[in-house]
Amino acid sequence: MSKIIDARGFSCPQPVLMTLDEIRSGEVTELEVLVDTDTSKENVSRAAVSQGWTIIKVREEGDGYAVVIKKD
Amino acid sequence: MKGMKNVFASRWGIISVGIFIGILAPLLQKWGNPGNMGICVACFERDIAGALGFHRAAVVQYIRPEIIGFVLGALAAAYLFKEFRPRLGSAPIVRFVLGMFAMIGALVFLGCPWRAALRLSGGDGNAILGLLGLIAGIWIGTFFLKSGYNLGRTKETHVTAGWMLPLIMLGLLVLMLIYPHVQGQDKNGVLFYSLKGPGAMHAPLLVSLIVGLVVGFFAQRSRFCTMGAIRDLVIFRQTHLLGGFIALIVAAFITNIVLNQFHAGFANQPVAHTAHLWNFAGMALAGFAFCLAGGCPGRQLFMAGEGDGDAAVFVLGMIVGSCIAHNFDLASSPNGLGPHGVAAVIVGFAVCLFIGFTMRKRIA
Repeated sequence: MSKIIDARGFSCPQPVLMTLDEIRSGEVTELEVLVDTDTSKENVSRAAVSQGWTIIKVREEGDGYAVVIKKD
Repeated sequence: MKGMKNVFASRWGIISVGIFIGILAPLLQKWGNPGNMGICVACFERDIAGALGFHRAAVVQYIRPEIIGFVLGALAAAYLFKEFRPRLGSAPIVRFVLGMFAMIGALVFLGCPWRAALRLSGGDGNAILGLLGLIAGIWIGTFFLKSGYNLGRTKETHVTAGWMLPLIMLGLLVLMLIYPHVQGQDKNGVLFYSLKGPGAMHAPLLVSLIVGLVVGFFAQRSRFCTMGAIRDLVIFRQTHLLGGFIALIVAAFITNIVLNQFHAGFANQPVAHTAHLWNFAGMALAGFAFCLAGGCPGRQLFMAGEGDGDAAVFVLGMIVGSCIAHNFDLASSPNGLGPHGVAAVIVGFAVCLFIGFTMRKRIA
Protein backbone atom coordinates (compact mmCIF):
# COMPACT_ATOMS: atom_id res chain seq x y z
CA MET A 1 0.00 0.00 0.00
CA SER A 2 1.26 3.49 -0.73
CA LYS A 3 0.46 6.77 0.91
CA ILE A 4 1.21 10.46 0.45
CA ILE A 5 2.48 12.56 3.36
CA ASP A 6 2.17 16.30 2.97
CA ALA A 7 4.96 17.78 5.08
CA ARG A 8 5.16 21.03 3.13
CA GLY A 9 5.51 24.08 5.33
CA PHE A 10 6.90 22.09 8.25
CA SER A 11 10.52 22.37 9.21
CA CYS A 12 12.76 19.95 11.07
CA PRO A 13 12.06 17.60 12.67
CA GLN A 14 8.36 17.37 11.74
CA PRO A 15 8.76 15.96 8.19
CA VAL A 16 11.03 13.23 9.56
CA LEU A 17 8.68 12.49 12.49
CA MET A 18 5.72 12.23 10.10
CA THR A 19 7.66 9.90 7.81
CA LEU A 20 8.88 7.68 10.64
CA ASP A 21 5.38 7.49 12.14
CA GLU A 22 4.12 6.02 8.86
CA ILE A 23 7.10 3.72 8.42
CA ARG A 24 6.73 2.37 11.95
CA SER A 25 2.97 1.93 11.64
CA GLY A 26 3.82 -0.99 9.36
CA GLU A 27 0.76 -0.28 7.25
CA VAL A 28 2.49 0.98 4.14
CA THR A 29 5.23 -0.28 1.86
CA GLU A 30 5.61 2.84 -0.23
CA LEU A 31 5.48 6.51 0.73
CA GLU A 32 5.53 9.75 -1.17
CA VAL A 33 6.67 12.56 1.11
CA LEU A 34 6.03 16.11 -0.08
CA VAL A 35 8.48 18.65 1.33
CA ASP A 36 9.31 22.24 0.46
CA THR A 37 12.94 22.67 1.43
CA ASP A 38 16.17 20.96 0.44
CA THR A 39 16.93 20.41 4.11
CA SER A 40 13.70 18.46 4.60
CA LYS A 41 14.39 16.47 1.43
CA GLU A 42 17.82 15.47 2.76
CA ASN A 43 16.52 14.71 6.26
CA VAL A 44 13.61 12.57 5.07
CA SER A 45 15.88 10.66 2.69
CA ARG A 46 18.44 10.05 5.44
CA ALA A 47 15.76 8.87 7.89
CA ALA A 48 14.23 6.50 5.32
CA VAL A 49 17.58 4.91 4.54
CA SER A 50 18.29 4.52 8.27
CA GLN A 51 15.04 2.49 8.55
CA GLY A 52 16.17 0.20 5.74
CA TRP A 53 13.91 1.80 3.14
CA THR A 54 15.07 2.66 -0.37
CA ILE A 55 14.75 5.99 -2.12
CA ILE A 56 13.00 5.26 -5.39
CA LYS A 57 13.14 8.79 -6.73
CA VAL A 58 13.15 12.43 -5.78
CA ARG A 59 11.26 14.62 -8.19
CA GLU A 60 10.73 18.33 -8.17
CA GLU A 61 7.14 19.14 -7.50
CA GLY A 62 5.89 22.69 -7.45
CA ASP A 63 8.30 24.69 -5.35
CA GLY A 64 9.46 21.62 -3.44
CA TYR A 65 10.10 17.93 -3.81
CA ALA A 66 8.32 14.62 -3.68
CA VAL A 67 10.54 12.01 -2.06
CA VAL A 68 9.34 8.54 -3.02
CA ILE A 69 10.53 5.80 -0.68
CA LYS A 70 9.85 2.05 -0.57
CA LYS A 71 10.25 -0.70 1.95
CA ASP A 72 12.91 -3.19 0.85
CA MET B 1 22.91 24.60 -9.21
CA LYS B 2 19.62 23.12 -8.07
CA GLY B 3 19.56 19.36 -7.99
CA MET B 4 23.34 19.17 -7.77
CA LYS B 5 24.35 16.74 -5.07
CA ASN B 6 25.04 18.62 -1.87
CA VAL B 7 28.38 17.23 -0.69
CA PHE B 8 28.14 19.21 2.55
CA ALA B 9 25.00 17.30 3.53
CA SER B 10 27.07 14.09 3.67
CA ARG B 11 28.65 12.79 6.87
CA TRP B 12 32.08 14.04 5.92
CA GLY B 13 30.57 17.28 4.71
CA ILE B 14 29.15 18.19 8.10
CA ILE B 15 32.26 16.94 9.91
CA SER B 16 34.50 19.11 7.74
CA VAL B 17 32.31 22.15 8.40
CA GLY B 18 32.55 21.42 12.15
CA ILE B 19 36.35 21.19 11.89
CA PHE B 20 36.43 24.40 9.88
CA ILE B 21 34.42 26.34 12.48
CA GLY B 22 36.45 24.71 15.26
CA ILE B 23 39.66 26.09 13.79
CA LEU B 24 38.32 29.55 12.92
CA ALA B 25 36.64 30.31 16.27
CA PRO B 26 39.79 30.03 18.44
CA LEU B 27 41.65 31.98 15.74
CA LEU B 28 39.11 34.80 16.05
CA GLN B 29 39.92 34.80 19.74
CA LYS B 30 43.62 35.04 18.88
CA TRP B 31 42.79 37.92 16.55
CA GLY B 32 41.01 39.85 19.28
CA ASN B 33 37.68 38.31 20.30
CA PRO B 34 37.10 37.64 24.03
CA GLY B 35 38.30 34.48 25.80
CA ASN B 36 36.56 31.26 24.74
CA MET B 37 34.26 33.51 22.71
CA GLY B 38 35.63 33.26 19.20
CA ILE B 39 32.03 32.86 18.17
CA CYS B 40 29.02 33.13 20.47
CA VAL B 41 25.73 33.85 18.77
CA ALA B 42 23.96 34.80 22.01
CA CYS B 43 26.76 37.06 23.29
CA PHE B 44 27.24 38.67 19.91
CA GLU B 45 23.56 39.45 19.40
CA ARG B 46 23.57 40.90 22.92
CA ASP B 47 26.59 43.04 21.98
CA ILE B 48 24.73 44.29 18.91
CA ALA B 49 21.76 45.26 21.08
CA GLY B 50 24.16 47.14 23.34
CA ALA B 51 25.85 48.95 20.44
CA LEU B 52 22.43 50.20 19.38
CA GLY B 53 21.80 51.46 22.91
CA PHE B 54 19.00 49.00 23.64
CA HIS B 55 20.58 48.05 26.97
CA ARG B 56 22.87 49.87 29.34
CA ALA B 57 25.57 47.28 30.04
CA ALA B 58 28.56 49.36 28.97
CA VAL B 59 30.94 46.38 28.78
CA VAL B 60 29.01 44.55 26.06
CA GLN B 61 28.39 47.03 23.25
CA TYR B 62 29.75 46.31 19.80
CA ILE B 63 28.17 45.49 16.43
CA ARG B 64 29.57 42.03 15.83
CA PRO B 65 30.33 41.57 12.14
CA GLU B 66 30.32 37.77 12.59
CA ILE B 67 26.53 37.83 13.03
CA ILE B 68 26.10 40.01 9.94
CA GLY B 69 28.35 37.59 8.05
CA PHE B 70 26.40 34.52 9.21
CA VAL B 71 23.17 35.85 7.73
CA LEU B 72 24.67 37.25 4.53
CA GLY B 73 26.89 34.20 3.94
CA ALA B 74 23.87 31.92 4.26
CA LEU B 75 21.93 34.25 1.96
CA ALA B 76 24.68 34.00 -0.68
CA ALA B 77 24.78 30.20 -0.43
CA ALA B 78 21.00 29.96 -0.60
CA TYR B 79 20.89 32.09 -3.75
CA LEU B 80 23.82 30.34 -5.40
CA PHE B 81 22.28 26.91 -4.87
CA LYS B 82 18.73 28.08 -5.55
CA GLU B 83 17.56 27.38 -2.01
CA PHE B 84 16.39 30.88 -1.14
CA ARG B 85 12.76 30.29 -0.24
CA PRO B 86 10.92 33.21 1.35
CA ARG B 87 8.49 31.77 3.88
CA LEU B 88 6.84 32.68 7.17
CA GLY B 89 3.70 32.33 9.20
CA SER B 90 4.55 29.48 11.56
CA ALA B 91 3.52 31.10 14.86
CA PRO B 92 5.99 34.01 14.65
CA ILE B 93 5.00 35.58 17.98
CA VAL B 94 5.64 32.27 19.75
CA ARG B 95 9.04 32.06 18.10
CA PHE B 96 9.75 35.61 19.29
CA VAL B 97 8.97 34.62 22.90
CA LEU B 98 11.03 31.42 22.61
CA GLY B 99 13.92 33.52 21.28
CA MET B 100 13.62 35.87 24.26
CA PHE B 101 13.79 33.09 26.82
CA ALA B 102 16.47 31.17 24.92
CA MET B 103 18.61 34.30 25.21
CA ILE B 104 17.74 34.86 28.86
CA GLY B 105 18.73 31.25 29.67
CA ALA B 106 21.92 31.52 27.61
CA LEU B 107 22.92 34.71 29.46
CA VAL B 108 22.48 32.99 32.83
CA PHE B 109 25.03 30.43 31.63
CA LEU B 110 26.99 33.06 29.66
CA GLY B 111 26.96 31.61 26.18
CA CYS B 112 25.02 29.85 23.47
CA PRO B 113 25.63 26.18 22.57
CA TRP B 114 28.44 27.27 20.24
CA ARG B 115 30.19 29.03 23.09
CA ALA B 116 29.51 26.14 25.46
CA ALA B 117 31.46 23.97 23.01
CA LEU B 118 34.21 26.57 22.67
CA ARG B 119 34.43 27.04 26.44
CA LEU B 120 34.84 23.29 26.88
CA SER B 121 37.52 23.15 24.20
CA GLY B 122 39.34 25.99 25.97
CA GLY B 123 39.41 24.04 29.23
CA ASP B 124 36.51 25.76 31.05
CA GLY B 125 35.01 23.00 33.23
CA ASN B 126 31.86 25.04 33.84
CA ALA B 127 30.97 24.35 30.21
CA ILE B 128 30.41 20.69 31.16
CA LEU B 129 27.49 21.82 33.32
CA GLY B 130 26.25 24.03 30.49
CA LEU B 131 26.42 21.23 27.92
CA LEU B 132 24.70 18.79 30.28
CA GLY B 133 22.00 21.43 30.79
CA LEU B 134 21.70 21.86 27.03
CA ILE B 135 21.21 18.12 26.61
CA ALA B 136 18.63 18.06 29.43
CA GLY B 137 16.68 20.99 27.96
CA ILE B 138 16.61 19.47 24.49
CA TRP B 139 15.64 16.11 25.97
CA ILE B 140 12.63 17.76 27.64
CA GLY B 141 11.76 19.40 24.32
CA THR B 142 11.79 16.07 22.50
CA PHE B 143 8.93 14.77 24.66
CA PHE B 144 6.78 17.55 23.29
CA LEU B 145 7.96 16.94 19.72
CA LYS B 146 7.10 13.26 20.04
CA SER B 147 3.64 14.03 21.38
CA GLY B 148 2.65 16.25 18.50
CA TYR B 149 3.98 19.70 19.47
CA ASN B 150 4.48 21.88 16.40
CA LEU B 151 4.25 25.53 15.46
CA GLY B 152 2.20 25.00 12.32
CA ARG B 153 3.03 25.32 8.63
CA THR B 154 4.87 28.20 7.04
CA LYS B 155 3.55 29.86 3.92
CA GLU B 156 5.39 31.06 0.88
CA THR B 157 5.73 34.82 0.92
CA HIS B 158 7.20 37.75 -0.99
CA VAL B 159 10.91 37.74 -1.68
CA THR B 160 11.05 41.09 0.12
CA ALA B 161 9.89 39.44 3.35
CA GLY B 162 12.73 36.93 3.11
CA TRP B 163 15.16 39.80 2.66
CA MET B 164 14.15 41.67 5.83
CA LEU B 165 16.74 40.25 8.24
CA PRO B 166 19.54 40.27 5.63
CA LEU B 167 18.68 43.93 4.96
CA ILE B 168 18.72 44.73 8.68
CA MET B 169 22.18 43.12 8.83
CA LEU B 170 23.34 45.17 5.84
CA GLY B 171 22.00 48.25 7.62
CA LEU B 172 24.04 47.42 10.72
CA LEU B 173 27.16 47.04 8.58
CA VAL B 174 26.52 50.43 6.95
CA LEU B 175 26.08 52.02 10.40
CA MET B 176 29.43 50.54 11.45
CA LEU B 177 31.13 52.02 8.42
CA ILE B 178 29.52 55.45 8.93
CA TYR B 179 30.23 55.48 12.66
CA PRO B 180 33.41 53.44 13.22
CA HIS B 181 34.96 53.11 16.63
CA VAL B 182 37.05 56.12 17.59
CA GLN B 183 39.85 55.17 19.98
CA GLY B 184 38.94 56.05 23.56
CA GLN B 185 35.38 57.14 22.77
CA ASP B 186 32.37 55.18 23.98
CA LYS B 187 30.08 56.57 21.32
CA ASN B 188 30.27 57.61 17.70
CA GLY B 189 27.09 58.93 16.14
CA VAL B 190 24.30 56.53 17.00
CA LEU B 191 26.52 53.60 17.99
CA PHE B 192 27.84 52.73 21.43
CA TYR B 193 31.25 51.12 21.83
CA SER B 194 32.58 49.36 24.93
CA LEU B 195 35.88 50.73 26.20
CA LYS B 196 36.47 47.77 28.51
CA GLY B 197 35.10 44.27 29.02
CA PRO B 198 34.20 41.71 26.37
CA GLY B 199 32.61 44.34 24.13
CA ALA B 200 35.97 46.08 23.78
CA MET B 201 37.63 42.87 22.59
CA HIS B 202 37.18 42.13 18.95
CA ALA B 203 39.04 40.99 15.88
CA PRO B 204 39.42 43.58 13.08
CA LEU B 205 36.10 44.32 11.40
CA LEU B 206 37.06 42.89 8.02
CA VAL B 207 38.45 39.68 9.53
CA SER B 208 35.30 39.13 11.61
CA LEU B 209 33.09 39.84 8.63
CA ILE B 210 34.93 37.49 6.27
CA VAL B 211 34.97 34.65 8.83
CA GLY B 212 31.26 35.22 9.43
CA LEU B 213 30.50 35.14 5.71
CA VAL B 214 32.48 31.96 5.11
CA VAL B 215 31.01 30.18 8.15
CA GLY B 216 27.51 31.32 7.15
CA PHE B 217 28.02 30.00 3.62
CA PHE B 218 29.20 26.54 4.64
CA ALA B 219 26.85 26.22 7.59
CA GLN B 220 23.91 26.86 5.25
CA ARG B 221 25.14 24.12 2.91
CA SER B 222 25.71 21.60 5.70
CA ARG B 223 22.64 22.53 7.85
CA PHE B 224 25.02 22.73 10.83
CA CYS B 225 22.95 22.88 14.03
CA THR B 226 24.16 22.30 17.57
CA MET B 227 20.64 21.78 18.96
CA GLY B 228 19.65 19.46 16.11
CA ALA B 229 22.79 17.44 16.82
CA ILE B 230 21.49 16.46 20.25
CA ARG B 231 17.80 16.39 19.33
CA ASP B 232 18.31 13.97 16.43
CA LEU B 233 20.37 11.69 18.65
CA VAL B 234 17.65 11.66 21.31
CA ILE B 235 14.64 11.22 19.00
CA PHE B 236 16.03 9.28 16.05
CA ARG B 237 19.31 7.84 17.39
CA GLN B 238 20.83 9.67 14.42
CA THR B 239 24.37 10.98 14.69
CA HIS B 240 24.62 12.96 11.45
CA LEU B 241 24.52 16.50 12.89
CA LEU B 242 26.27 15.34 16.05
CA GLY B 243 29.33 14.55 13.92
CA GLY B 244 29.62 18.24 13.08
CA PHE B 245 29.21 19.39 16.68
CA ILE B 246 31.81 16.95 18.02
CA ALA B 247 34.17 17.82 15.16
CA LEU B 248 33.88 21.47 16.20
CA ILE B 249 34.80 20.67 19.81
CA VAL B 250 37.75 18.46 18.88
CA ALA B 251 39.10 20.88 16.26
CA ALA B 252 38.74 23.84 18.64
CA PHE B 253 40.47 21.87 21.41
CA ILE B 254 43.45 21.10 19.16
CA THR B 255 43.57 24.67 17.84
CA ASN B 256 43.48 26.03 21.40
CA ILE B 257 46.39 23.77 22.37
CA VAL B 258 48.38 24.93 19.35
CA LEU B 259 47.60 28.60 20.09
CA ASN B 260 48.35 28.13 23.80
CA GLN B 261 44.78 29.10 24.67
CA PHE B 262 43.89 25.93 26.61
CA HIS B 263 43.62 26.49 30.37
CA ALA B 264 41.86 23.73 32.28
CA GLY B 265 39.86 24.55 35.42
CA PHE B 266 36.64 25.92 36.85
CA ALA B 267 37.71 29.16 38.54
CA ASN B 268 38.77 32.36 36.79
CA GLN B 269 37.73 31.23 33.34
CA PRO B 270 37.09 34.07 30.87
CA VAL B 271 33.54 35.48 30.93
CA ALA B 272 32.26 32.61 33.10
CA HIS B 273 31.02 31.91 36.63
CA THR B 274 31.04 28.80 38.79
CA ALA B 275 27.41 28.57 39.94
CA HIS B 276 27.11 24.98 38.71
CA LEU B 277 23.38 24.51 39.20
CA TRP B 278 22.57 27.69 37.28
CA ASN B 279 25.07 27.02 34.53
CA PHE B 280 23.10 23.81 34.08
CA ALA B 281 19.63 25.32 34.48
CA GLY B 282 20.30 28.40 32.33
CA MET B 283 21.46 26.28 29.44
CA ALA B 284 18.63 23.79 29.99
CA LEU B 285 16.16 26.64 29.49
CA ALA B 286 18.01 27.73 26.35
CA GLY B 287 18.11 24.16 25.01
CA PHE B 288 14.40 23.68 25.70
CA ALA B 289 13.54 26.91 23.87
CA PHE B 290 15.85 26.13 20.93
CA CYS B 291 14.28 22.69 20.65
CA LEU B 292 10.74 24.08 20.62
CA ALA B 293 11.81 26.64 18.00
CA GLY B 294 13.56 24.07 15.77
CA GLY B 295 17.14 25.32 15.73
CA CYS B 296 20.13 26.56 17.66
CA PRO B 297 20.84 30.31 17.48
CA GLY B 298 23.34 29.84 14.67
CA ARG B 299 20.95 27.74 12.64
CA GLN B 300 18.24 30.37 13.13
CA LEU B 301 20.56 32.96 11.55
CA PHE B 302 21.34 30.64 8.63
CA MET B 303 17.65 29.85 8.07
CA ALA B 304 16.88 33.57 8.19
CA GLY B 305 19.47 33.94 5.42
CA GLU B 306 17.54 31.32 3.40
CA GLY B 307 14.45 33.53 3.58
CA ASP B 308 12.82 31.98 6.66
CA GLY B 309 10.99 34.93 8.22
CA ASP B 310 10.03 32.91 11.30
CA ALA B 311 13.69 32.24 12.06
CA ALA B 312 14.28 35.98 11.60
CA VAL B 313 11.60 36.70 14.20
CA PHE B 314 13.31 34.26 16.57
CA VAL B 315 16.56 36.21 16.09
CA LEU B 316 14.79 39.48 16.90
CA GLY B 317 13.30 37.78 19.96
CA MET B 318 16.80 36.84 21.08
CA ILE B 319 18.02 40.41 20.62
CA VAL B 320 15.12 41.77 22.67
CA GLY B 321 15.69 39.00 25.22
CA SER B 322 19.27 40.21 25.70
CA CYS B 323 17.98 43.72 26.45
CA ILE B 324 15.55 42.35 29.03
CA ALA B 325 18.32 40.20 30.51
CA HIS B 326 20.58 43.21 31.05
CA ASN B 327 17.97 45.85 31.86
CA PHE B 328 16.30 43.57 34.45
CA ASP B 329 19.59 42.25 35.89
CA LEU B 330 18.87 38.69 34.83
CA ALA B 331 22.20 38.12 33.07
CA SER B 332 25.14 36.60 34.92
CA SER B 333 28.63 38.07 34.99
CA PRO B 334 32.02 36.65 35.99
CA ASN B 335 31.00 37.66 39.55
CA GLY B 336 28.09 35.24 39.51
CA LEU B 337 24.37 35.30 38.90
CA GLY B 338 22.39 38.44 38.26
CA PRO B 339 20.00 39.38 41.11
CA HIS B 340 16.98 38.09 39.22
CA GLY B 341 18.58 35.34 37.15
CA VAL B 342 17.02 32.50 39.11
CA ALA B 343 13.52 33.96 38.84
CA ALA B 344 14.01 34.45 35.10
CA VAL B 345 14.97 30.82 34.56
CA ILE B 346 11.90 29.64 36.49
CA VAL B 347 9.59 31.95 34.55
CA GLY B 348 11.26 30.86 31.30
CA PHE B 349 10.65 27.19 32.05
CA ALA B 350 7.02 27.92 32.90
CA VAL B 351 6.54 29.75 29.60
CA CYS B 352 8.22 27.01 27.55
CA LEU B 353 6.16 24.32 29.27
CA PHE B 354 3.00 26.33 28.62
CA ILE B 355 3.88 26.63 24.92
CA GLY B 356 4.86 22.96 24.74
CA PHE B 357 1.70 21.68 26.38
CA THR B 358 -0.76 23.92 24.56
CA MET B 359 0.55 23.81 20.99
CA ARG B 360 0.03 20.14 20.31
CA LYS B 361 -2.00 18.94 17.41
CA ARG B 362 -1.66 15.81 15.35
CA ILE B 363 -0.26 16.97 12.07
CA ALA B 364 -0.22 13.85 9.89
